[in-house]
Amino acid sequence: MYSEKVMDHFSNPRNVGELEKPSGTGMVGNPACGDIMKLTIQVEEGVVKDVKFKTFGCGAAIATSSMVTELVKGKNLDEAEKISNSTVAEALDGLPPVKMHCSNLAADALHAAIEDYKKKLAEEAAAK
Amino acid sequence: MNRIYFDHNATTPVLDEVFEAMVPFLKEQWGNPSSIHWAGRGTRKAVEDARERVCSLLNCAPLELIFTSSGTEGDNHAIKGLAYAQKNKGNHIITTKVEHPAVLSTCKHLQKEGFEVTYLDVDKDGLIDLEELKKAITPKTILISVMYANNETGVLFPIKEIGQIAKEKSVAFHTDAVQAAGKIKIDVADLNVDLMTISGHKLYGPKGIGALFIKRGTRLVPIIHGGHQERNRRGGTENVAGIVAMGKAAEIAMRDMEKETEHLSVLKARLEKGMAERVPHIKVNGHPERRLPNTSNISFEFVEGESLLLNLDMKGIAASSGSACTSGSLEPSHVLVSMGLSHELSHGSVRFSLGKSNTVEEIDYLLEIMPPIVERMRSMSPLYAGAK
Repeated sequence: MYSEKVMDHFSNPRNVGELEKPSGTGMVGNPACGDIMKLTIQVEEGVVKDVKFKTFGCGAAIATSSMVTELVKGKNLDEAEKISNSTVAEALDGLPPVKMHCSNLAADALHAAIEDYKKKLAEEAAAK
Repeated sequence: MNRIYFDHNATTPVLDEVFEAMVPFLKEQWGNPSSIHWAGRGTRKAVEDARERVCSLLNCAPLELIFTSSGTEGDNHAIKGLAYAQKNKGNHIITTKVEHPAVLSTCKHLQKEGFEVTYLDVDKDGLIDLEELKKAITPKTILISVMYANNETGVLFPIKEIGQIAKEKSVAFHTDAVQAAGKIKIDVADLNVDLMTISGHKLYGPKGIGALFIKRGTRLVPIIHGGHQERNRRGGTENVAGIVAMGKAAEIAMRDMEKETEHLSVLKARLEKGMAERVPHIKVNGHPERRLPNTSNISFEFVEGESLLLNLDMKGIAASSGSACTSGSLEPSHVLVSMGLSHELSHGSVRFSLGKSNTVEEIDYLLEIMPPIVERMRSMSPLYAGAK
């Protein structure tokens, strides 16, 4: 039911873990629906230099998490914000229809992490 | 790669003996059992012989058993048929929250037609409170439907005690025994059961055949209207090959039951003990003793069931999960949630349902590959860090 790419990212997920001092952290999902994703990003000069994920979820949840980290690495924030859940699903050669809503949250986690980073920046600027 | 099948509650392989018994009725013996001529006479006898064999498995009379197309049809027939037949007497049905969808969806449908349904809670072991059952019965109650064994956890319900309560209150009692039939000894005469559903493909027969026990004197409105087959209780030309196969499967289940129970109990104990020794943070779901000999439902904390199943599948092992991700819905197992498990634990459950062909070596292989799989998935889980 899953594409080869999904199974590849599920079996050999890229960028698993958690950055020690992330510029931003995004956490989305909830236990009720069975998917929780935590994404940490390192931003330098407006570019996502490093990214890591931890995910509780099904094969699709893990594969989309892995894929979004691959897509976003090295991108500037404008480009990163344009990555959507459907970009991620397409990059994986599609997901089963039932998974499109429940387990396709990786881009949401990314956007939450970028938002967290921007919020921190604004707070720092205000403090100065 | 070795292929190992631990999903016998989903379906079972057709036994060689069963296959051989049914083949002639797909080819040489194709007559309609209702025909009076030479082509039909042989198949009529085959159907009635098979009926006797299935009746032996349940200890009922041939007149008390009709063949159906599936367990789902049997549940529909029993519940709707009884509700429609007794609607002038009352409109209240009692069942449990942990029934198979074949029962739950049928009850929900009847609610739309004006019937009232009480869904009994279960405790952490997956069992109902018999006092709650007694309290739920009203003068309008016409049917109690409680499964014999739960498909997800293997929990065995006290069917005889429920039957006694139903009898004292003069309420009809149906039990979905799809998971129990062939696995444990069943005696409808001793159980005070009025209606019992069973299915062929859960006891090493083919798909597309089931049976419904209807106690003498219990009137049901037919669900499938048609010809005079099954004494006007279920229309449609008989699935002769399926019926013959189910008869053979029932005969073998009876013959091998003691041996199989022993075999499965040994394997299940080895699986549960071995898993607890090798993998921390697990929970075996369901009552510790009151369970089918073959079913082991285990929650692996901090990880999600489908991801475990995919890993097992890559190693050749077939099992199933109560995770929402495998059910096509967004909700995790209604059975585990009803037992009070958290959503995480419900999503993190794996059901291993063992069968005839499983061996000690297969259990040991599972016990060898499971710890690194769980460890790897936990290392990826944002829920795990805090629990170390």
